[in-house]
Amino acid sequence: MTAVLQILFDALSVGSIYALGALGIALIFGVMRLVNFAHGDYIAFCVFAMLWPSLDVVAIVFIGNLPWFLLIPVILGIGAGLSIISEILVFRRLRDANPATMMITSFALGFVIHNVLLMFYSSRPKAINLWSNLSLPVEIMGARIPLLQVITIVMTIVILLALVTFLRRTQFGVEMRAAAEDFTMARMLGVKANRVIMAAFGVSGALAGCIALILATQTGVADINMGLPVMLVAFVATVIGGLGSLHGAVIAGFLIGGVSVLLQVFLPLEARPFRDAFVYSAVIASLLWRPQGLFAPKSSKERV
Amino acid sequence: MLLSVENITVRYGRLTALRNFSLTMEQGETLFVTGPNGAGKSTLLKSIAGVVAPVTGTIHFHEQDVGGQPPEGIARLGLSMVPEGRHVFGSLTIEENLILGAGMRRDKARMAENLASVYDLFPVLSERKDSHAGVLSGGQQQMLVIGRALMTEPQLIAIDEPSLGLAPKIIDQVYDTLTRLRDERGLSLLIVEQSTTRAVMAGGRMVMLRSGELVLEGDARELSKGDALNAAYFGFEEH
Repeated sequence: MTAVLQILFDALSVGSIYALGALGIALIFGVMRLVNFAHGDYIAFCVFAMLWPSLDVVAIVFIGNLPWFLLIPVILGIGAGLSIISEILVFRRLRDANPATMMITSFALGFVIHNVLLMFYSSRPKAINLWSNLSLPVEIMGARIPLLQVITIVMTIVILLALVTFLRRTQFGVEMRAAAEDFTMARMLGVKANRVIMAAFGVSGALAGCIALILATQTGVADINMGLPVMLVAFVATVIGGLGSLHGAVIAGFLIGGVSVLLQVFLPLEARPFRDAFVYSAVIASLLWRPQGLFAPKSSKERV
Repeated sequence: MLLSVENITVRYGRLTALRNFSLTMEQGETLFVTGPNGAGKSTLLKSIAGVVAPVTGTIHFHEQDVGGQPPEGIARLGLSMVPEGRHVFGSLTIEENLILGAGMRRDKARMAENLASVYDLFPVLSERKDSHAGVLSGGQQQMLVIGRALMTEPQLIAIDEPSLGLAPKIIDQVYDTLTRLRDERGLSLLIVEQSTTRAVMAGGRMVMLRSGELVLEGDARELSKGDALNAAYFGFEEH
């Protein structure tokens, strides 16, 4: 029983990170048909934003020393700000470009952010000590679960509920959903393109900030490459979930998290190093079964 | 003058979809734009709605130059577009689809009033207001998009092929509604139809396009009396 509980919490907390990442990617894809590959570098940027720029081996924690109730909004704000700035400076100019051009541009933007971090912080991973007491275990029904896992899962659920409420209950939320489904039609009904796109980038960047906080606490390391694996899995999740479907992205994120944790537990020892190969086989199987994704939007995708 | 399109030319790459086309509309008028497939009818509506940009020519709405305005800007001036294929938001509920049209007014009381009047016009929408719009039948979707256009409080509704894919009985209902809106609210209508039949039935002014150019203009009923209509439509030479 306790083992089951432990696996469940592992799966949910890994899935949470993927779900938040997938949501960040799906939000922007929805309104702009852009797969933003710079998203992983937003995550790394948010982690390094907690440190004072230096090439030293030892990290000089700066913003990271703020109390949690200030640090969380500041990092979320930095993520949102970076994302909005990249929209205004880069993606706005490519609004009518084809999706391949936008995607390659996002790669380029990712490299720029990556190299800026490299310049100011060096490529060496640095140990940081963010909220280390969160890795202490708590006992839940006999199972010893790291407190951070519990917080990650609760935080993800709160974020998802808040987002659902915003998207369902507010006029602006309805406009964003409409824009994600059929952008041109939404504009013909008076929905302001720039406002909706900027909001999507803002929320997406704030989600990158969330992931940064979780990863930094979990790993205790700041590494300029730390966003990339999350970004890749999150991207795969948006594809399996059905590009353009927000809830599909979230569910697929949790699904991939669950599958990889289960494989980690149940694969024979000698097969474990190849866990990711098994995960991606499952991804391929899922795409062969439903190429349009598990939760592809029903409406036609024809765009003017 | 409500709408004035002057000498617009629209190109998609090397293909010219509209050539030197002009059109005017008065307040309260119903204008049919007809013509065969590929004549440039939808392109005309898209340029008026700001979705495609003409390479030359000007478009004025209420004496205001709308060239280069984004679609949302033009919608805010009171021109509501109902594009071909209806474009309901299938993942939104029916009520959310309608509310979307009222977003730019930011006036809750007026929005509630307009919502009530749309439900009054289409009771079937009110019965199913919380279901997803994707489950509606074609005719109901057509009613929904007309209702949604009305929520923007437009002076002009531009509607592309409202009869497409609908049963004749449903088409009658759609046109009954449109003519009622014209008569009771003084709404101006710009209706694109492939066939001239509806234009002749509903009456009013008609322009005909073929291969991106104006080929015929006049009162629909007058034009239907001779052979001119067919000749222009199919492009027969005069003998």
